[in-house]
Amino acid sequence: MDWITKNLPYLMAGISVGGQYALIAIGYTMVYGILRLINFAHGDIFMVAGLVVVYAATVMPIYIAIPLMIIVTVFLGFMVERVAYKPLRSAPRMSIMISAIGVSYLLQNLALYVTGGLSQQYPAIPWISDTVTVMGATTKRVTLITPILTIVLVVGLVMLIKHTKIGMAMRAASRDFETSQLMGIKINNVVSMTFIIGTFLAAIGSLLFFTNYTGVTPTVGAMPGLKAFVAAVFGGIGSIPGAVIGAFIIGICENIIKGLGWTTFSDAFTFALLIVILIAKPTGLFGEKSTDKV
Amino acid sequence: MKKRVLAVALAGVMAVSMLAGCSGGNGNTESNKDGAGTEAPAADGAKVVKIGVYEPASGDNGAGGKQEVLGMQYANKMTPTVEIGGEEYTVQLEIVDNESSNDKGPSAASSLVSAGVSVVLGSYGSGVSIAASDVFKDAGIPAIGVTCTNPQVTEGNKHYFRICFLDPFQGTVLANFANAEFSAKKAYILTKLGDDYSTGLGHYFKQAFEALGGEVVEEAFQEGNSDFTSYVTKAKNEGAEVFFAPVSTEAAALIIEQAAAQGLTVPLMAGDTWDSNVILNAAKGKDVQIYVTTFYQEGGNEEFDSGIKEWINSDSTAKANNGGDDTISAVTAMGYDAYYVALEALKAAGSTDAAAVNEALWGVTYTGVSGNIAFDDTNGDAMRDTAYVKCANTETGAWDFVTEQGVN
Repeated sequence: MDWITKNLPYLMAGISVGGQYALIAIGYTMVYGILRLINFAHGDIFMVAGLVVVYAATVMPIYIAIPLMIIVTVFLGFMVERVAYKPLRSAPRMSIMISAIGVSYLLQNLALYVTGGLSQQYPAIPWISDTVTVMGATTKRVTLITPILTIVLVVGLVMLIKHTKIGMAMRAASRDFETSQLMGIKINNVVSMTFIIGTFLAAIGSLLFFTNYTGVTPTVGAMPGLKAFVAAVFGGIGSIPGAVIGAFIIGICENIIKGLGWTTFSDAFTFALLIVILIAKPTGLFGEKSTDKV
Repeated sequence: MKKRVLAVALAGVMAVSMLAGCSGGNGNTESNKDGAGTEAPAADGAKVVKIGVYEPASGDNGAGGKQEVLGMQYANKMTPTVEIGGEEYTVQLEIVDNESSNDKGPSAASSLVSAGVSVVLGSYGSGVSIAASDVFKDAGIPAIGVTCTNPQVTEGNKHYFRICFLDPFQGTVLANFANAEFSAKKAYILTKLGDDYSTGLGHYFKQAFEALGGEVVEEAFQEGNSDFTSYVTKAKNEGAEVFFAPVSTEAAALIIEQAAAQGLTVPLMAGDTWDSNVILNAAKGKDVQIYVTTFYQEGGNEEFDSGIKEWINSDSTAKANNGGDDTISAVTAMGYDAYYVALEALKAAGSTDAAAVNEALWGVTYTGVSGNIAFDDTNGDAMRDTAYVKCANTETGAWDFVTEQGVN
């Protein structure tokens, strides 16, 4: 019992961080699946979502601020795609990637300008910010909610992709971009929808993340974004269940390593894992082994 | 093909992570942009002397840096002119942002050098001060450290001075206090990797605490870390009786949040950086005990207190830079004193020539709001022998004075 009380916090933190990485990783993996683009701005959209709540909560009640944040974030994701990626769709992939890095810096520097570079305190969200005790270990309620909410959202997303028309269009587009256009799929709608879903999940992820770790700084999106990207590659980029499982594995391993006392190496571990995976299994855990079309 | 895509992606990731450090990218001079010292070179043809302000306005230490600058701006408003060699000079503050970054610091420092300043004040944060030290040295400009407490800032050089106490002193004071007040036998120390101030103070605390017969558990976290869950858990599991975290206020706010969430009952202790309203705001209404050592206790000088409060309340930019209220940070008082020390040096030098000011600084003595300031002959450190210990009142959101603590 004593052993559980001592070690449960690490595991809970791991699962909860894993869930938050998973919600971000889905955005990476879906966009990659369809456009073959690593959307580097994704982590910064996550940061903007945090800032929107910080500023919105000062002028309106929190139950309006949260839906507003989700709408603003989704709109931002949609606009980024329309403005920075769509005009480059026929350009070489490298150009879109550079454009994505550009968007990432634009968002970071805008945030730096708006906040003056100082950390902003994320408001406490009623109920989910409350402290609870599980088997002698004290934590915030959000830690327990995160994995459940993540699983529910992922199941919902998988259903959407398997059983709806837009889902079918997404699957077709990810299989063969040009042919699906010939088959009458409105590719722009599919791509926009992908960005909307991805940023929606990142918005939820940011809500959960910042409730636990309450400081929002302009570069706060960089680390979670990078780790979520590693999770997506680890699980096999393009695969949604892969991204989710990869994210949970990374979140849990990271916290177990911290629990063992090697705190200094927890980040190094994440990136070492990425290298090992790429050498041993370049397509990741669930990656499709399809022969490339090009 | 796919491998190639991934290879490109990884190259991208590396590029992004390397660049992540320099995301700010605005280390340029923004002289006199924030309020106070906005007077242009006086219209009546009086001469101008420039004092460089090398402080962080963004990054980890942005909040503290801004508060330190407030003290200088207020002092500049109170005393905008100085008589040097029989002539009246208008003092102009040249403020640069070093972004709390050891990489950006030197370029911000260079912009001060090219602005032609006679003396530099700053920085908040020892790491950036050490990083810029050589730039000032090569240009022959003296610098006055305001609240950088790491010994290495002034050690072995003749141009960097300092008006505050040092970390070996502060670490000992904290260890003595932990031992006397809480009879603590086991301490948990959390420092930030690559931060000279943090690791230095952690080290001196450890030395002093072990010398008193205590036991120490040490851990460190990396730049950009925002998850302090496992560190707090570790401290609980190890049965530490004090949690010592000499870290920046950004990290401190997250640590306090986590400590409260996990119901950590032992006192949190830290050095001068935590003496900030960022900490008070983070701790307000939470069940945590916080003790810090600092340079100045509000109420120490009534005239200064009421004057600066009035100014902060009348100037919205100043108020925003002070974190939205009129609590006086110790660093603000120190910034105020630093400005007057610089003026004394200019007067003593009788010229605006940087080398002459450097020479004159050795002999400067000044009685400021934070106490007597005089420099020792070896490193140019102020001789200080007491620190104030304060405790955060989580109900009122203010600091309560606890005790004055010396080394013995």
